[in-house]
Amino acid sequence: MAAVTVSGLCFDYPDGRRALDGVDLEVAHGERVAVLGPNGAGKTTLVLHLNGILVPSAGSVTVGELAVTKENLAEIRRRVAIVFQDPDDQLFMPTVHDDVAFGPANLGLRGGSLEDRVHEALDKVGMGEQVARAPHHLSFGERRRVAVATVLAMQPDLLVLDEPTSNLDPAARRELAGILLQLELTTVVVTHDLPYALELCPRSVILDEGRIVADGPTADVLADTELLRAHRLELPRGFDPRYLQVAMPPSTGIVAPVT
Amino acid sequence: MAAGHAGIAGLHHAGDSAVHRLPAEAKVAATVLFVFAVVATPRTAVWAFTADAALIAGVACLAHLPARYVLRRLRIELPFLAFAVFLPFVGPSPRSDLLGMSLSHSGLWAAWNIVAKGTLGVLAAIVLAATTPVAELLGGLERLHVPRVLVAITGFMVRYLDVIAGEAGRMRIARLSRGYDPRWIWQARGVAACAGSLFVRSYERGERVHLAMLSRGYTGAMPVLHDHRPARGSWAAAVLLPASAAAFAALAWTAA
Repeated sequence: MAAVTVSGLCFDYPDGRRALDGVDLEVAHGERVAVLGPNGAGKTTLVLHLNGILVPSAGSVTVGELAVTKENLAEIRRRVAIVFQDPDDQLFMPTVHDDVAFGPANLGLRGGSLEDRVHEALDKVGMGEQVARAPHHLSFGERRRVAVATVLAMQPDLLVLDEPTSNLDPAARRELAGILLQLELTTVVVTHDLPYALELCPRSVILDEGRIVADGPTADVLADTELLRAHRLELPRGFDPRYLQVAMPPSTGIVAPVT
Repeated sequence: MAAGHAGIAGLHHAGDSAVHRLPAEAKVAATVLFVFAVVATPRTAVWAFTADAALIAGVACLAHLPARYVLRRLRIELPFLAFAVFLPFVGPSPRSDLLGMSLSHSGLWAAWNIVAKGTLGVLAAIVLAATTPVAELLGGLERLHVPRVLVAITGFMVRYLDVIAGEAGRMRIARLSRGYDPRWIWQARGVAACAGSLFVRSYERGERVHLAMLSRGYTGAMPVLHDHRPARGSWAAAVLLPASAAAFAALAWTAA
């Protein structure tokens, strides 16, 4: 069974504009998939459907065997962890500890088991020593890592990251990639940072104008210059798409760091 | 952003004194009770106010707070004292002449009342803020059974003060960079427009924060995050301060 199944998903904004126009997407257990697309393609709207924040106009989302419906929301939100684009939106409590504890405490954890969750999650992102600090005293990269810890503390089945590299400096970007690769979680990375998609995700889909327009091994998708150009996506100057296919044969499905 | 940091974190004076180690809830309760006791003291009992001031000074010494630090913080009181300065000039008779100025007796007492009680209250608050980090202060409020929603709102205010101040700072720089620097009352329109867009941005951030809370299972009630550890021994120590002030007030009333 797939970790997530999105079928025929449509969503209209209150003003009538169509944001999602029949999205079909299946993510297998343990898979890491990049959702690529230009600004305004509907990427964030898709993300907000995965944990039931937005309710589809048509179509459905299923997480594991559980449909995303009003009755299942509590369990869905435990299973689906979303890391939002701006860590200042995600870290709203006075200390790192309280922020990481917020999710599991909502699940009913108290006392020692709550503390264990908090420390385990912070250790996974290398922020175990920072429990007592205030989020606004952390660097941007540290805030991003704590934001990841806040959702890991809920022991999710699916990790969704919305533009994880925005505003990160190169070192913080690399550190975050290292952390994400170690987690071994089913992961959806929403981004227009194509090299990052290549580094993290063996498979990529392109979302444009509310539809999935391409789906395949990341190296193949990124090597198709025509496809990228048609959807306002571009590899950074100096990136040779032919090299990508040689360096990362799609058959292995294993992510190797780009050298 | 730096200014915002100083605004909240600058209030705390890190240390490891007996006062620092007291539980936050005991300190909050002691401060509030102390202020009530001071306010209840009759204004003519100058000796009682002196004794209260000595008490607070003693606590500040115990907490190893430098006198300069406390006095510098005390400046926040100045705008409120400006009002008190007027009272001796506008109060009713009887009046006395001092250095060629006619001063009202009851106005003088009223001014003294404001200065003495205000200063003592602000001193107590300074000692509380200097010895208790903001996060502990919030935890203390929660343990005093202040509704969790109110504590959460206060927490959000502390958390986002820097973020919003940073946003305001960036907007100001963007305004200056385009050659607009409103300083005069007839340019208020520009300032109002900035305040308006800052409000809209903060409101939108509020909505995004709410989405993030929902995504982590928030259902409308703030969860319990800390174990409540009763610390009765330290309560007794903290209550000494307001109890003494209350005793002085009671003595002053019975003597009067």
